Amino acid sequence: MEPTISVKPNVQRGEFRRFKLSTVLIYVVLSAWAMTTIYPLFWIVNNSFKVSRDVMNNSFSVAWQPTFVNYTTAFDRINIGKSYINSLVMSGSTVLLVLIFGGLAAYVLSRFNFAGKRAIYSLLYATLLIPAFATVVPVYELLIKTGTVNTYWGLILPHTAGNLTFAILVIAGYMSTIPKELEEAAFIDGSNRWQMFYKVFVPISQPVFASASIFVFLWSYNDLFSALIFVSHKDVRPIVALLSEISSQYGTDFGLMATAVTLTVIPVLIVYLFVSKYIQKGLTEGAIKG
Amino acid sequence: MKGDRKYIFMFLLPSAVLMGLFLYYPFFKSFYLSFYRTKGFFDKKFVGWDNFERLFTDKLLGAATLHTLELMLYVLLFQVGIALVLAVLVEAISRLKTFYRTVFFFPVVISGTAISLLFVLFYNYNFGLLNNLLANFGIEKIFWLEEGNALRAVAIPTVWHYVGFYFILFLTAMSKIPSDYYEAARLEGISAFKRTTKLTIPLIMSDIKVVITLAITGTLKVFEFVWVITSGQNGSEVLGTYMYKKAMVDQNFGYGSAVAIYMVIFGVLLALLANRLLKRDEITY
Repeated sequence: MEPTISVKPNVQRGEFRRFKLSTVLIYVVLSAWAMTTIYPLFWIVNNSFKVSRDVMNNSFSVAWQPTFVNYTTAFDRINIGKSYINSLVMSGSTVLLVLIFGGLAAYVLSRFNFAGKRAIYSLLYATLLIPAFATVVPVYELLIKTGTVNTYWGLILPHTAGNLTFAILVIAGYMSTIPKELEEAAFIDGSNRWQMFYKVFVPISQPVFASASIFVFLWSYNDLFSALIFVSHKDVRPIVALLSEISSQYGTDFGLMATAVTLTVIPVLIVYLFVSKYIQKGLTEGAIKG
Repeated sequence: MKGDRKYIFMFLLPSAVLMGLFLYYPFFKSFYLSFYRTKGFFDKKFVGWDNFERLFTDKLLGAATLHTLELMLYVLLFQVGIALVLAVLVEAISRLKTFYRTVFFFPVVISGTAISLLFVLFYNYNFGLLNNLLANFGIEKIFWLEEGNALRAVAIPTVWHYVGFYFILFLTAMSKIPSDYYEAARLEGISAFKRTTKLTIPLIMSDIKVVITLAITGTLKVFEFVWVITSGQNGSEVLGTYMYKKAMVDQNFGYGSAVAIYMVIFGVLLALLANRLLKRDEITY
């Protein structure tokens, strides 16, 4: 019998080693970039546990003896808690409205054939070319006239409108892949269009609703431009606008600034870690191809 | 189905009303306002093309346009470039893929304002991270945000912020390429480098095109980074901050609207130009 252990020829071994070297190099490059995304976060959280003087003297040292003074200041003196609530209410409502209205429109566009559908799509794509800068003055005027400036609606309505196109395109892309048989079966069971929408299409489209809601939430929560203009009053001010103000008012208190940044970033990061798997999923199925 | 018309109408109505009120109407209203000289909302006088004539002689606007274009160059070279390289590399490995995907996307979810504040701390002359670092090597402190540096100082976080977004788009596109293409390449004994340049990149060209268009239109919207880090000082004013200053700070809605219209036209032209330069047949598998 031939021996079962064979010595691989040198050529192959050499190739194997070269392959490994390039793999190591790839991991080094990828890890280097990963450092640029992780380290700044660590840096800012770490410095939030120091008083300003220590941040100045050595911002690299680890805060082994953390102080919570910045956190108490943030909640007591500059009332970051209120801004949290404002942000969550406004961005949460925006997501909800975008999903309901966008879902309904996406359902129609993906499952019905009717005259004028192409025109509707063109109108949708056209909105992608309208930047917030080109709508801000008339929207501001509209909000003032209707008394909704500096109320929650002052941010919810423009943000809902602004995010609908993205949501409709992505959700419609997903819904168009749902087999027709399912619809026919539901129809034979006596469902009307409403029931078909929320009993069949919404449950099946969950992944794309999830990814759309992540993006809509992020864009709404993070949008400084609208926040500065439509909801600048301190009772309704969202967290990004507060951040921007802290930087101008308390710009020399580095510990406090680090804390404010940390407090803004942590909730979205936590949410992101839970739902990150949906991000690629939603984009894969959706109509991101403009 | 019977009665479908009713549902079509009802289901589309809420979106149509909201988008009409908050996107289409304001856009056309902006266009209308750009023909007026205004002071606040109530003092409004028709001036014809005056605002548009002013656009052409406005040196600050010209500077802001050039700065925006410079920023766009950095975004296209580095943001899109790095994203593409990272996607190719992640596609080539077998372990830790999910880890890199998750971590590279981190900055995208963070608000531009928070990232900007982080960089305010990095760039601070007296106590910032960068000058701290230089001090360790005995190098003299640098004014990171002074004239000549400011725009590039703003460009770094701008670029860094969205690399992860395009990275995910590229990765998604690559995952759609059928694996038999790669098997054929392997049988032919084609090197990894050649496989990337001759196979992967041509096959995702339509996605690269989309990303380039997104990057161009996205750069026109840059606001937070400039506003928070430099407020547009020292040669870092971009179109977004300039429009904000004219319309909201000076309360000159007429001219602000003209600037906004200019931005829309500029954006559409750039996007068309990019599409033309990158024209290619769509690949279907």
